[in-house]
Amino acid sequence: MTTNVAVQPRRAAKASEKRKLMIEVVAVIAIALFLILILPMLLSGFRLNLVGRFLALAIVALGIDLIWGFTGLLSLGHGIFFALGGYAFAMYLELNTLGEGQLPEFFGLYGVTELPLFWQPFNSLPFTMLAIFTIPAIVAGLLGYLVFRNRIRGVYFSILTQAALVVFFNLFNGQQKLINGTNGLKTSTSVFMGQQVGSDGMRMFFYISTVIALIAMYALCRWLTSGRFGRMLVAIRDDENRVRFSGYDPTAFKVLVFAVSGAIAGIAGALYTVQSGIISPQVMDIAFSIEMVIWVAVGGRATLVGAILGAVLVNMARSLLSERFPDVWLFFQGALFLIVVTALPDGIIGWGRRQFGLAVSSALGLSSTDLPYLDDTPTPEPIVETPEYAEK
Amino acid sequence: MLEGLIGGLFNGISIGAVLLIVALGLAIVFGLMGVINLAHGELMMFGAYTTFVVQNAAKSMGGIAPDLYIFAALPLAFLVAALLGLLLERTVIRYLYGRPLETLLATWGVSLILIQFIRSVSWPMVIGLVVFAALFFVGRWVLTRYTDWDRISSWANPVFLGLSGAIAALTWFLTQSSGSAQFARPWFGARNVDVTPPSWLRGGITLGNTLQFPSARLFIIALTIICLAAVYWFLNGTAWGLRIRSVTQNRGMSACLGIPTGQVDAITFALGSGLAGIAGFAVTLLGSVGPNLGGNYIVDAFMVVVVGGVGKLVGSIVAAMVIGITTYLLGSGTMALLFPPSDFFQPIIGFFTFFATTSMAKVLVFALIIAFLQVRPAGLFPPKGRSVEL
Repeated sequence: MTTNVAVQPRRAAKASEKRKLMIEVVAVIAIALFLILILPMLLSGFRLNLVGRFLALAIVALGIDLIWGFTGLLSLGHGIFFALGGYAFAMYLELNTLGEGQLPEFFGLYGVTELPLFWQPFNSLPFTMLAIFTIPAIVAGLLGYLVFRNRIRGVYFSILTQAALVVFFNLFNGQQKLINGTNGLKTSTSVFMGQQVGSDGMRMFFYISTVIALIAMYALCRWLTSGRFGRMLVAIRDDENRVRFSGYDPTAFKVLVFAVSGAIAGIAGALYTVQSGIISPQVMDIAFSIEMVIWVAVGGRATLVGAILGAVLVNMARSLLSERFPDVWLFFQGALFLIVVTALPDGIIGWGRRQFGLAVSSALGLSSTDLPYLDDTPTPEPIVETPEYAEK
Repeated sequence: MLEGLIGGLFNGISIGAVLLIVALGLAIVFGLMGVINLAHGELMMFGAYTTFVVQNAAKSMGGIAPDLYIFAALPLAFLVAALLGLLLERTVIRYLYGRPLETLLATWGVSLILIQFIRSVSWPMVIGLVVFAALFFVGRWVLTRYTDWDRISSWANPVFLGLSGAIAALTWFLTQSSGSAQFARPWFGARNVDVTPPSWLRGGITLGNTLQFPSARLFIIALTIICLAAVYWFLNGTAWGLRIRSVTQNRGMSACLGIPTGQVDAITFALGSGLAGIAGFAVTLLGSVGPNLGGNYIVDAFMVVVVGGVGKLVGSIVAAMVIGITTYLLGSGTMALLFPPSDFFQPIIGFFTFFATTSMAKVLVFALIIAFLQVRPAGLFPPKGRSVEL
């Protein structure tokens, strides 16, 4: 496919690129309008709230796809960044609900009479809005820098992120006096912009915000992965040593993309928290963070649409199955991991592409992001005797 | 002061011994195959549940059996976990070599299935599984005999899988709903079960006035030493050990020289899983056993592997001991007591008091591990060589 594009005259290629982009923009706007205008009429408030949560989780999936699908970094600790974003917003909401000089209720239980220092800045809305994505980005950047700097990668990186997750869980779970420990922070009864967060109007507001945020994050990831930067990420994924020997520094790219991914997870965490009504250390459960990875794998690695699709589908399956047959859900999830890894390495999108060919994907404008995920050991190209060579 | 220090050291070593026995199998498998087995904790859990079953059998026998059951439970726990590991290697991991991240996810899937299996295993479920195995494998065997299997396998496999799965699920459901409540009850359930240690492991040895050495802890330390010695002998004194070491060093060259790397992988994985089973047996002496047992130990065990580096047993030993002792000293608040209570040391004491719980100690230990990796990214004893890879 790439060769076709190269053979075409440059102008034609550019025009076709442009047309594809137009189709994609139209498709995204159509889906957004459907989600914002039509879906609320079709679903009850409860179901719509569920869809809103799934879309928030789809935002995390985008971030994971960015680092795993495109850069080949498997993070098992995205719950950290998700929780940081969620806690940042929840802390603001706690403070916003109270009058001047009052303390959040739980502090009274542990005999804390003064607002801890790190709570102070969360009195301000602009700071909180910044903090929701900058704090996770800084934490991710720092962790990434300390790990990637030493060329620690592959499974080492994965288990270090998992250990970091456990550490953050302990940190939040153990500190009753600072952050209300296991109980977490409730947001459903707190007040945002003069209205209760749990009220119908506010729920609709957060639902629409989630849709808009999802589209914005999709556009961001799309922009990051389509240009030179995206090609760099794929190069790091496929052969990091060659990138290094070509004179680039993979560390900087990896740290940057990991920080961006953390920031995206933070935004998702904030949106998820206000829609589910609570943030607690439970979101830093080991299982939840690995589940995020499987959403991406189910949809299709290195396809942004796949990440969103996978997150929504798996979570829908989860809420359907665990409502009726709670016992079966873990079996199903385990089987999902095995099937995706062994039989469907390219996920639903990759399978669909193989089945239905180029026609559909180019009509949808997907083919320009076509950077299929390679194995860690690429199969060597078969040596084919060229006709000229054979003639001599 | 001295007694306190010795007591602290003993507790640290006993934590380290548990860590080491959990991490040992993990380190061997990771060193050889580059595979992180997230189901290691669940293999441990199977070892622990085997011990529980053996103990119950011994209880019903009466006599001196309840005092001696551990000598039957130990080899059985090893065997059950090793066989399960062998099955896992042959059916899943074998197909994923060279793709470590995918293996990690696949083993996580296996661990979820194993956890739910322990929670809901019951006679109807076992019957369903047997029906499934019979239909699927016998059906395939018949087809491979009488038809051109290669031609039809692309569609016949999924069809057979789906059909026998559906029939088995139906059988499970029917036996579940028609049988008596006693028959359909889960064997273990989701709750924790208790394993009573034999009477001779319940007490402890007291030295001086305050020093206490619980027998169970001493037993685990001894068990860890025996396991280490056995693994050392196996790796350095037997033909298969030689092959394992050779594949660890250079897989391609070993294969060229005629070492059956596939068999080596299978044996090593079974050995690592068996060691997980022994670890599961060991932790039954410390407390109750539940389906989520594995998760409590597995992350710490990974840290041992990361700090110790791969390819040398001594790395794991040192790492486990250092992590165990540090965790204990920090978590018990011993560090804060080492400083004289003056104003000058107050910030330091405050710092250590903040981290003086088991979970907070883990936070500080993780920070120390990250700091350590800045100096030695490949662990304590990295393999020597000129490879660009770590």
